[in-house]
Amino acid sequence: MNTMASPWQRLRESDLVHYYKRDKVAIAASTIFLILALMALFSPVIAPFDPYDLTQIDLMDSEMPPAWQEGADQRFLLGTDDQGRDLWSTILYGMRVSLLIGICAVLLQAAIGIVIGLVSGYVGGRVDNILMRIADVQLSFSTLMVAIIVLAIVKNAFGGETYSNYAMLILILVIGIAEWPQIARTVRSSVLAEKEKEYVDAAVVMGFGTIRIMFKHILPNCLSPIFVIATVQIANAIITEAALSFLGLGMPVTEPSLGSLISIGKEYLYSGSWWITLIPGLFLVVIVIAINLMGDFLRDVFNPRLYKD
Amino acid sequence: MPLLSIKNLSIEFPGRYETDYAVEGVSFDLEPGEILGLVGESGAGKSTIGNGIVQLLSPPGRVSKGDIYLNDTKISTFTDKEILKVRGSRVGFIFQDPMTSLNPLFTVENQLVETITTNLGAAPKEASRIAVDLLDQVGIPDPEVRIKQFPHQFSGGMRQRVVIAIALAGEPELLIADEPTTALDVSVQDQILSLIRKLCHERKVGCLLVTHDMGVISSVTDRVAVMYMGRLVEIGTTKQVLTQPQHDYTKSLISAVPRANIKIDRFPLVEYIETTEKGLKHIDVSNHWLGEGLRHAHSEALLEINDLNLSFITQDALLAKNRKYLQATRDVSLVIKAGESFGLVGESGSGKSTIARMVAGLQQPDSGSIRFDGVELVNNPDRAAVQQARRQMQMVFQNPYSSLNGRMKVNDIIAEPMRFHKLAPPQDVLQIVGDLLDHVGLGRQMGRRYPHEFSGGQRQRISIARALASRPRLLICDEPTSALDVSVQAQILNLLKDLQDELGLTMLFISHDLPVIRQMCDRVAIMRHGRILETAETETFFEHPQNEYSIELLDLMPRFDRIYENEAVTQPKQ
Repeated sequence: MNTMASPWQRLRESDLVHYYKRDKVAIAASTIFLILALMALFSPVIAPFDPYDLTQIDLMDSEMPPAWQEGADQRFLLGTDDQGRDLWSTILYGMRVSLLIGICAVLLQAAIGIVIGLVSGYVGGRVDNILMRIADVQLSFSTLMVAIIVLAIVKNAFGGETYSNYAMLILILVIGIAEWPQIARTVRSSVLAEKEKEYVDAAVVMGFGTIRIMFKHILPNCLSPIFVIATVQIANAIITEAALSFLGLGMPVTEPSLGSLISIGKEYLYSGSWWITLIPGLFLVVIVIAINLMGDFLRDVFNPRLYKD
Repeated sequence: MPLLSIKNLSIEFPGRYETDYAVEGVSFDLEPGEILGLVGESGAGKSTIGNGIVQLLSPPGRVSKGDIYLNDTKISTFTDKEILKVRGSRVGFIFQDPMTSLNPLFTVENQLVETITTNLGAAPKEASRIAVDLLDQVGIPDPEVRIKQFPHQFSGGMRQRVVIAIALAGEPELLIADEPTTALDVSVQDQILSLIRKLCHERKVGCLLVTHDMGVISSVTDRVAVMYMGRLVEIGTTKQVLTQPQHDYTKSLISAVPRANIKIDRFPLVEYIETTEKGLKHIDVSNHWLGEGLRHAHSEALLEINDLNLSFITQDALLAKNRKYLQATRDVSLVIKAGESFGLVGESGSGKSTIARMVAGLQQPDSGSIRFDGVELVNNPDRAAVQQARRQMQMVFQNPYSSLNGRMKVNDIIAEPMRFHKLAPPQDVLQIVGDLLDHVGLGRQMGRRYPHEFSGGQRQRISIARALASRPRLLICDEPTSALDVSVQAQILNLLKDLQDELGLTMLFISHDLPVIRQMCDRVAIMRHGRILETAETETFFEHPQNEYSIELLDLMPRFDRIYENEAVTQPKQ
């Protein structure tokens, strides 16, 4: 092997890339995800309308069907919602909101979960017991229930106006905090396995401090399972956000996420405006499936024992 | 007519980058009633041959060339269905680990009877009778009673006897034993080998014995085939190969086996297998960073351990009186003089590693004292002094595959203690790391790689370089070579000896391997059940052991020099 291998070369020769090239499902999933994510990221450029700009909305355009349907307006590719917003633009913006909440919530989860998992696994004993029992308690409440209670309280305490302004931040905090035990448990179990290895003993014998050993020596060796669970958690967070928004507790109507769009549309389902619900719903399903498939792929690569053929 | 005839056999494993040829062009014959030893180091392809004969290769391995004949039937082209009839009834298998090769959910009787009815077509009653008879033959007392028991009710050695009974149940013509005693204690190893020998000679069964252990080879086989990197380099009678090896590899391999009967200065001729980089700059220790401040004013005793006790809780309970403890060490006292190498021997579980861990500060003793160069390490409030003392003792661990952080480059691994303790000016650190890598025989350009790119022996060299980077005075070696092949072990032991001579290192050397201890240590202490039974000069210990247990251990020590002669078939000891 080349001694001077650059990081880029090392990546190209790594198992990850090797298996990726041979896994059609992973390629398809990540391509779809990448396209959707880029579309979401550049939605202000791509979208023909700005759904947040009230001056571009005309109530007269409401409930227009998609362009290929009879009675459609060619300006609106996927039709419009009940307020006359272009559905295509709203979905692009909504996807951005959904992904942003999903990723930020998982970053928060990871920050809490990694620290708690590391401490719990490495220190062990009573500390471990206390932290893991807290995690058990946290897990025994369903995330949705916690989120609904907290969001309802916040909404009532500060009023709808304030809530709307900070909705995204509050959602990230709630989902992030409610789901940390998932990551903490994963980290703890890999820390328990890693800390028995002799390189940790070697670090202790060389007199390094506990913090240094935990973060510099053990954590880098626990990263693979963290990546796997974080990917799956992003999908979960997006679904949670969509569910909350559907229940009217998530993103406000003025700044809709995919969930709020589905929620808006459900009232018009029987009046024939199926596209307001169905199209954002499809986008949600595709994003979540793509992320989950990527998570499956990562798990297969990092866990060779599960890897079939 | 040979029982087994292998002609020009090649086995390959198509891999991601290239096809790996595990076995290349191997040919040999095996006569009925003969034991042929297949010896080689890890990766030599010896187990692959054993598995290849009965088509048990794990995918994607396949026989790419050559033929295998069993009693003149060509079995290498058999289909899956045909080979089923060969396995069990014509070829019996004995695996390495008796703890996992029996099904824990079934009684021994179930497992034996199943094999007998399948392979011999006997009725269940008749099969039971044969099963009892078999257990009797493999030397299990009270076979009628024990046959009803489950595997977990047997000890390791007894289980291996059951495995042998199952292997023989189909009345095979050929027995393939893959490292049959590697997982067993020395004393049990002897019994199992005698048993295999006796059964093979009595029943005229041919046996292919796969092993890495020259001691096993010398004590049981009639002929030996030496494998190296997938090729058969030498084959001949055991006596001939062991006493007059022809091939350079065999010579090198034999010279690398630590002798139990005599102490030699260095292992000669071990460069054949993993040559160290040529033309490495050897540092002149006297004017290098590594040698700085090395010649301390030596106190006579560098490490003093007094009445060290430690017990582990094996069963926890709320009330202190209900807790159960395992006494790992009991009143252990020893003194290690500066510059000497002190050996600690004992079986697994005797507490020798626990002592190393307590000295290194990985475990806190319950009571007792550890003094390093006059500084008390147990419960000393002066933490700075303890830190200072601890830095001067470093440890080399047993498992080279887990003792290096796989996410760090070799340079960073070795530099970390220097940077952390600010032992050298920052601009010099990389230069010193390079010197250290040269000095342990790896070469400075290796520093940019990650640990997974190295072999076990090379990793152990990195481990040693890392330990040296703290400029230790005491080096604790906890079974540093027990995970390595014998030739690599010889190289690492040579390196440790050289370093000790150059740097005046004091060593605490822990091993279960008596011949290794004899080669490495000046003084030795023998441990059992957490106690030190005897401490003596190494030569005195090996020539005139005082303690009963020491005598027993020395007697059972695998002796490379006792070559088994076909005529002298001894009865197995019970």
